[in-house]
Amino acid sequence: MQLIVIYVIGLIFGLGISISGMANPAKVLNFFDFAGIWDPSLIFVMGAAIVVTAPGYFLVLKRPKPVFGNGFTLPGTKLIDRRLIGGSFTFGLGWGLAGFCPGASLPVLSTGNPDVLIFTASFIVGIFIARFMIQRSAQQRDAATTS
Amino acid sequence: MIETEFTPLAASLGGALIGLASVLLMWVRGNILGATGILTGFMQPSSSADWAWRAAILAGMVTGPLVYLFIAGEFPAIQVPVSKLSMIVGGVIVGIGVTYGSGCTSGHGVCGMSRLSPRSFVATLSFMAGITLMVFVTRHIFGL
Repeated sequence: MQLIVIYVIGLIFGLGISISGMANPAKVLNFFDFAGIWDPSLIFVMGAAIVVTAPGYFLVLKRPKPVFGNGFTLPGTKLIDRRLIGGSFTFGLGWGLAGFCPGASLPVLSTGNPDVLIFTASFIVGIFIARFMIQRSAQQRDAATTS
Repeated sequence: MIETEFTPLAASLGGALIGLASVLLMWVRGNILGATGILTGFMQPSSSADWAWRAAILAGMVTGPLVYLFIAGEFPAIQVPVSKLSMIVGGVIVGIGVTYGSGCTSGHGVCGMSRLSPRSFVATLSFMAGITLMVFVTRHIFGL
């Protein structure tokens, strides 16, 4: 039962991405092309999403726990550091090269569009490269502190 | 470059559905609807129950465009003004960036901003700055 509900939630997200234009690189890149052929559409995507999510979260998070499960899983860290800023800025640079972001590319995998497949495979490779680098630097730190 | 039409109604409706899905996932299972986090956990799950809900939501996501096809009679438009090389290099950079930054447009931009997380505000400003810079450089300096 829980999995069916979650499947439908994913479907609503995927339909939203499809309707919004977020999965259309030309539209995404034009939104950020303030000095050129600016298309302001995407501010309405994020605006509408937040207008729905902010009050929705406010109500939901007042409840003691979610419908299924024991508690809400929210990020614990409050740290604003170089890793957060540098990582996010780097993501922005890649987004500006390709025109896809992860949440937009995943749903439209089902269209079979070759660019979507290439982008998604590449960003999964990127995730593993970053996880490898993070693991290695943690090991080096551990080695430095123990020696 | 490909010119695109200003579509505030479709953008708002799509955005509202993205928001609805985010609220529902928090209500039903207590999770942030962030594409990066969901996919990363799907590839390296902590338990079989953890894998199952991630598989279910991803399966739902890819069904979205099929429902769109059923209603609209065509898949959502995907117009690509960049080369395959940009797609590959951009994709790898996106994967590295979202992993270090702990989230992307859905996780930080929608969910994090909606719960007034200072971290997500900073992350969102940072990736907006990154993409704005990249689009300016590629289009107006290199003229791609």
